[in-house]
This record gives sequence, structure tokens and C-alpha cells, in this order.
Amino acid sequence: MSSELQNGEEMQLEPELSQALGHFKASVHGWSNEVWSNEVWSRTMESRSRAVRPARRRVWRLAVACSLALLMAVGAASGLLYERRQQQVLATMQHEQLLQQQQQMTQQRQQAEEDLLAKVESDISREVPSAMEPLAQLMTTGGTETASANQ
Amino acid sequence: MAAGTTVESMTSATAEGMAAEEFARVADGHRVRIFRFLLASTRDAEMAETLTQETFLKAHRNWSRFRGESSAMTWLMRIAINLQKDHWRNRRLQFWRQTQSNAVDVNEASDWLPSNQASQEQALLAREQVGHVWRAVEGLSERQRTVFLLRFVEEMELSEIAATTGLSEGTVKAHLSRALARVRAELRGKR
Repeated sequence: MSSELQNGEEMQLEPELSQALGHFKASVHGWSNEVWSNEVWSRTMESRSRAVRPARRRVWRLAVACSLALLMAVGAASGLLYERRQQQVLATMQHEQLLQQQQQMTQQRQQAEEDLLAKVESDISREVPSAMEPLAQLMTTGGTETASANQ
Repeated sequence: MAAGTTVESMTSATAEGMAAEEFARVADGHRVRIFRFLLASTRDAEMAETLTQETFLKAHRNWSRFRGESSAMTWLMRIAINLQKDHWRNRRLQFWRQTQSNAVDVNEASDWLPSNQASQEQALLAREQVGHVWRAVEGLSERQRTVFLLRFVEEMELSEIAATTGLSEGTVKAHLSRALARVRAELRGKR
């Protein structure tokens, strides 16, 4: 059936195809006419309602602007609050660190003093007997000599 | 000299006025047909309306260049086809717009039927047939669809279609032949 397109200008289509194409054409024409008349009608309505639109648009714009301004204000306020809170936390942490350092330094100092004292004590306890030893010997030898002299 | 200039400007104004009148007459005569072709091509009433407006805007701008070598209808249809092609090309690039399409589906497009069927069965049959043709049209390439719609909806002659699309008559016939084969297959497939 497609050969009629290659060989001649006239198209001989089988009845069913011809009928389907006819219905298709009628359908598209009907659809187009309906949409077209609706478009024309809606355009007329649109031009009538055009005067009302700007006022509505203005109200919408105002509402959107107010909402945005409110959002921005809330955002800025919460940003400031957050910043302040962060600073407070930081200051507390720094203060705690300082206290810890001071404590550590005090402990270290105490430890050093204790160490020194212990060293002095050990030095004294070790030095005295050795220093006293010649004296003790002397005393021992002196005592013996005196006893023998007395004898 | 001044009088000459005045006459010239008056002549020019008159010519412009006549051209505008002529364009308005041509536009009024063909607007519905251009819209119908674009509606059938896109199945989107809003898009068809926009493209129709663009077609006539472009035609108005170039009206002075129209020499009448082809008919005004052929010239306008060529503009419409080119705008439609550009539109689809842009739409393909802007892939996120695909979801915003207002195109109706094939079943909805088949709803429009003239009420001249004798019985309800006939109306149902006609609706089925229209649905099958739409489904076949949906599966055609852009060029095949254009040629098919120009022939079977706008009832243009092969030579007119060739002049409108810039294709040779042989190519137009080949496209029509393939399109008809598809419609036939779709109609047979229903059984």
C-alpha cells in the first residue's frame, strides 16, 4: 500500500486506515478549535483581571519582603547570641586552664621543696657520722692511752 | 524639495500602513491553522499558544522581506516548524524543564471527537482509532511527524509540504510512507 506514495501523487488508502486518519483529523481539529476558543476566552478574561493583578502582586511582594526581613533579623540575632555564647565558653575554658597551670606550678614548687629538704636530711644523716668518726676514734684512742697511763 | 520629502514620507507611511493591514489579514487567516499544527505536534496547548505568538512575531518582523515566492501559509508554517525545532532543542539541553511539560497524554488527546457518530459503538471505535494514530504519531521521528501532520491534518499537497519543510518531494513521500506503515502496524496491533 505504501507503493502508491512512491509511484503516484494520489494516495489510495485502505478503508480502515482512511477512516482512522479521518477520525484523527477531525479529532485534532475539534481539540484545536476548543482550545483555541478557550485561549481567546481566557485572554479576554486575563485582560479584564489585569487591573486586579498588580494589587495582589504588591501584597504578595510585601508579604515576601516582610518574611525575608524577619528571617534575616532572626538569623542575625541568633548569630550574635551564638557568638556571645562561644566567647563565654572560651573564657571559661581559658580560666580553667590558668587555674590548672597554677595548681601544677604550686605542686611542682612543693615537690621541689620537699625534695630539697629530703636531700638535706639525707646529707646530714650521712655526713655527721663520718665527720664524727675521727673524733670517736680519737676519743677511743685517748681513752685507752689515759687508762694505760693510769695503770 | 520639502514638498517632495513630504510626499515621499506620506507615500512611505501609506505603504507601511498597507503592509501592516495586509499582514494583519494574513495573520488572521492563518493563525488557527498554525496553532492547530503546533498543538498536534506538541500536544501542549500552552506551548502551542506561545509558539504561535512567536511565529507571528517573527513573521511580522520579517514581513517586508517576504517576496511572495511561496504562499504566505507555506512561509508561516516554515517559521513555525523552525521555532518548534529550536524549542525542542533548547528543551533537551535544559533537561530539568522536561518535568514542566504540560503535554497531554495520548488518551486525553483522543477525547476530542466530533459528535457525528451514529451510535455509541461507533464513537468508541472512532476514539480507539484516534488513540492508535496518536500512539503511532508519538513513535515517529520529528521530521516524519511534521510531514504526517501536514499531510493528514492540514491536508497539504506533497509539493507544499516539500516547500514548507525544505525537503524534496521524494523525501516527503518516503517519510509519509514510513509514517503510514507505522500507523497501519499500530492499527493492526490492536486486534
